[in-house]
Amino acid sequence: MINTFVSSIFMENMLFSYFLGMCSFLAVSKNVKTATGLGLAVAFVLTCTVPINYLLENYVLKPGALSWLGQSFETIDLSFLSFIIFIAIIASFTQIIEMVVDKYFPSLNASLGIFLPLIAVNCAIMGGSLFMQQKEFPHVGVAISYGLGSGIGWLLAIVGMAAIREKLQYSDIPKPLKGLGIAFIITALMGFGFMSFSGIRI
Amino acid sequence: MKDIKETFSSPINKNNPITVQMLGICSALAVTSKLEPSIVMGIALTAVVAFSNVILSLLRNTIPNRIRIIVQLVIVAALVTIVNEILKAYAYDVSKQLSVFVGLIITNCIVMGRLEAFALGNKPWPAFVDGVGNGLGYAIILVIVGFFRELLGSGSLFGFQIIPNKIYEWGYENNGLMILPPMAMIIIACIIWIQKSKQS
Repeated sequence: MINTFVSSIFMENMLFSYFLGMCSFLAVSKNVKTATGLGLAVAFVLTCTVPINYLLENYVLKPGALSWLGQSFETIDLSFLSFIIFIAIIASFTQIIEMVVDKYFPSLNASLGIFLPLIAVNCAIMGGSLFMQQKEFPHVGVAISYGLGSGIGWLLAIVGMAAIREKLQYSDIPKPLKGLGIAFIITALMGFGFMSFSGIRI
Repeated sequence: MKDIKETFSSPINKNNPITVQMLGICSALAVTSKLEPSIVMGIALTAVVAFSNVILSLLRNTIPNRIRIIVQLVIVAALVTIVNEILKAYAYDVSKQLSVFVGLIITNCIVMGRLEAFALGNKPWPAFVDGVGNGLGYAIILVIVGFFRELLGSGSLFGFQIIPNKIYEWGYENNGLMILPPMAMIIIACIIWIQKSKQS
C-alpha cells in the first residue's frame, strides 16, 4: 500500500510520466496561488473517484462481478460499459462537490470555484480510474492510496511548475520560444528530475 | 465552398490544435515512442472528433443548454467505446500498447473543445470537415514526434531497422533518451519554435 502511494507520487507521476492533465497544467500554472488551488481540487477529486470507480468495477462491471446478485448473474460481462460509467461518475461527482462547496464553504468556493467544472474533463482524473482498472488492485485501500498519491504527485508538479514560470518572467528567452515552447521544455526537464526517483523501493 | 476549405486546412497548420491552441496534449504524448501506435492514435482521434461533431451538430437544436456537457460526454464516451472495441478486435497488439490512452480520448480537450466551439453552432457537413481537419492536425504532430523518437531512439521505423548495421559498427549508438517520455515534450517545443519563427 505504501509502495503504491510513494510510487504514484514520484516514479509514476501522472504528469511527468504519462502527461495526463497537461492542458490545465499549462493553462493554469502561471501563478503559484491558483496552481495550488487547482492542484488541491484535483487531488481531492482523484482520492474520491478512484475508490468509487474501483468498487463499481469490481462489483458491477467486471465479468462475473455481479455474482453477489445470484447465480444467474454470474455470466454477465459489462466491462464494455466502463468508459461511460467512469466518466459519468466523475462528471456527477464534480457537480456534487461544486454544490456542496458552494453551500457550506462559500469562501473556498470563491478561490476554487472556477476550477471545479474544469476537473470533469481533466485527463488526470479519468486516467487515474483507467490505470486503476488496468492495475487490478487487491482491495479498496490500495485504490485509495493510489488516488491520493497520484493527486499529491499532480499537486507537486503543478506548484513547482508555477513557481518556475513566475521566475521565468525575468529571463531572456528567444522570442518564438516564449510562452508555450519554453513551458514544454521546462516540463520535460522537470520530468527528467522526477525520473531520478525511479528505482526506489519501499 | 471556400469556407469549407478554410475550415479544413486551418487547423492543420495555422491553427493547429496542439501547437497553437494548446489542446489535447494530455493523452497522446506517451504513445509516441513508436511510429505505429502514433498513427493508430491519430486515426482513432480523427474518427472520434469527426463523428461526435456530426452527431452533436444534428442534435444541436434539441439539447437544453444546461445539460449539454453531460450529453457531449455521453456521445464521446459511446464513440470511444466503439473505437476501443474495434481496435481490440482488429489490432490487438496496438491496442495493448495504447492501453489506457484510447479511453483517455474521452477527456481529450480537442474533442470537447471542437464540440463546444464549432459543432454547437454549425450544420453537420461543416462540422464533419472541421472534425477531420482538427483530427489530422493532431495526427500530423503525433506522426512527426513518433517518427523522430523511433528513428533516433530505436533506429527503426514501424519496427523495421532503418539505420544500417555498418553505421553501428562505426560507433553510432541509439539515443536511449529519445525513448523516455520527456523527450516528446522537447520535440514538440522544437516544432512550436520552428512554426512560430516561420510565422513571425
